[in-house]
Amino acid sequence: MTDRAWVATRKGLFELRRKGSDWSIANVSFLGEPVSMVLPPTSSGRMLAALNLGHFGVKVHASDDGGVNWHEVTTPAYPQQPPEATGVAWKLVQIWSMESRNGTIWAGTLPGGLFRSDDGGSSWKLNEALWHKPERAEWFGGGYDVPGIHSIAAHPTRPEEMLVGISCGGAWVTKDDGATWTLQASGMRAAYMPPDQAENPNTQDPHRIVRCPAKPDVLWTQHHNGIWKSVDDAVSWQEVTTSPLSSFGFAVAVDPSDADTAWFVPGVADQQRVPVNGALAVNRTRDGGKSFETLRNGLPQFACYDLIYRHGLSVAPDGRQLLMGSTTGGLWASGDAGDSWTTLSNHLPPIYTVRFG
Amino acid sequence: MVNMARFEFTPQLRRFTETPVVDTDATTLRAGLEATFAKNPRLRGYVLDDQGHLRANVVVFIDGRRSTDRVSLNDPLRADGKVYVLQALSGG
Repeated sequence: MTDRAWVATRKGLFELRRKGSDWSIANVSFLGEPVSMVLPPTSSGRMLAALNLGHFGVKVHASDDGGVNWHEVTTPAYPQQPPEATGVAWKLVQIWSMESRNGTIWAGTLPGGLFRSDDGGSSWKLNEALWHKPERAEWFGGGYDVPGIHSIAAHPTRPEEMLVGISCGGAWVTKDDGATWTLQASGMRAAYMPPDQAENPNTQDPHRIVRCPAKPDVLWTQHHNGIWKSVDDAVSWQEVTTSPLSSFGFAVAVDPSDADTAWFVPGVADQQRVPVNGALAVNRTRDGGKSFETLRNGLPQFACYDLIYRHGLSVAPDGRQLLMGSTTGGLWASGDAGDSWTTLSNHLPPIYTVRFG
Repeated sequence: MVNMARFEFTPQLRRFTETPVVDTDATTLRAGLEATFAKNPRLRGYVLDDQGHLRANVVVFIDGRRSTDRVSLNDPLRADGKVYVLQALSGG
């Protein structure tokens, strides 16, 4: 669906509707509450919102009527932590990602657990195979005190296969519906690690990983210190060094029907997370990363300090409609694949997620 | 009639779930909380985390004093004790 979208923010969930080229806010749910992630209606019509209440913890709410009415469902919970289990506490900190496929819903969390629900969120089960990987002890937080799963990229034609992206824990792939997992971040390089550890795939910080549905062997990631691409289903990753302005950023989107077209939103660097020269820009490649165009038409070009976080950029199934939301409440839309943009708001709450559907 | 400890919850919780006033003959904080969860099972996840510890930004006052044991919740309750479960201002 390209005429409805959802904006999950620090202070509520906003439903957007599009008429022609104009988007407007049609409804607000959970006003005042932090909504860390939203799952648009699945094939069954169910949608989920993950709340992260400041005092009372993570909660999951479900709607079966497109966000008009909501009811609380079960929150994923970690099992009892054995006394000998060192490292991060087995306590849910945040739901950072949610995806659905064939009636199954997956939730990626801080501190690094992946949960599965086969009943629309009424019950959840921790994926023990990934959680008990000894390599997990090496993961660490990226932007948070604990590691987390921010990207869940199901394979569109192989239902047993899925990739998850972890900050900071690289990229992990299952090809047997979660029974076993393989670390597949070879080729990425971590500039923030000691030199002899820079190529350790298990400590990479892919800020966001997306898969092209039409050509699922192609994956793109905006990494902490660069852009990487895989054309062999994450067996290997190649750095893309041609992006203008900066290769630092958080968000990435790929055209659902054209694996060579992807969008990125550069920031200055990890130590200065603002647009280059105070001017918001989107970098787009249409040739698989050989070259990029920098798109600015309609975006603020003076004294702009908006940061587009991991889930703040989204492309609709048509590959033309784009939405982009910032951590300081700016929201922009494009109907021409990023050539031009329209400001929808300059003063929403901090935006965590924008999604069509 | 036996004196009972009384549990009351912050009204801020009412926008999420029911917060009954519960009188209980429990003698520890954890047992008293369990009595309230028996009235409304949904309350548990708002007050305790995955490991059954008091949430970091929830505070419990027992007869005017903050509870001290956030893990095992073994603070004793008096038979006519007054227990308030509140949001801590550190959170939110």
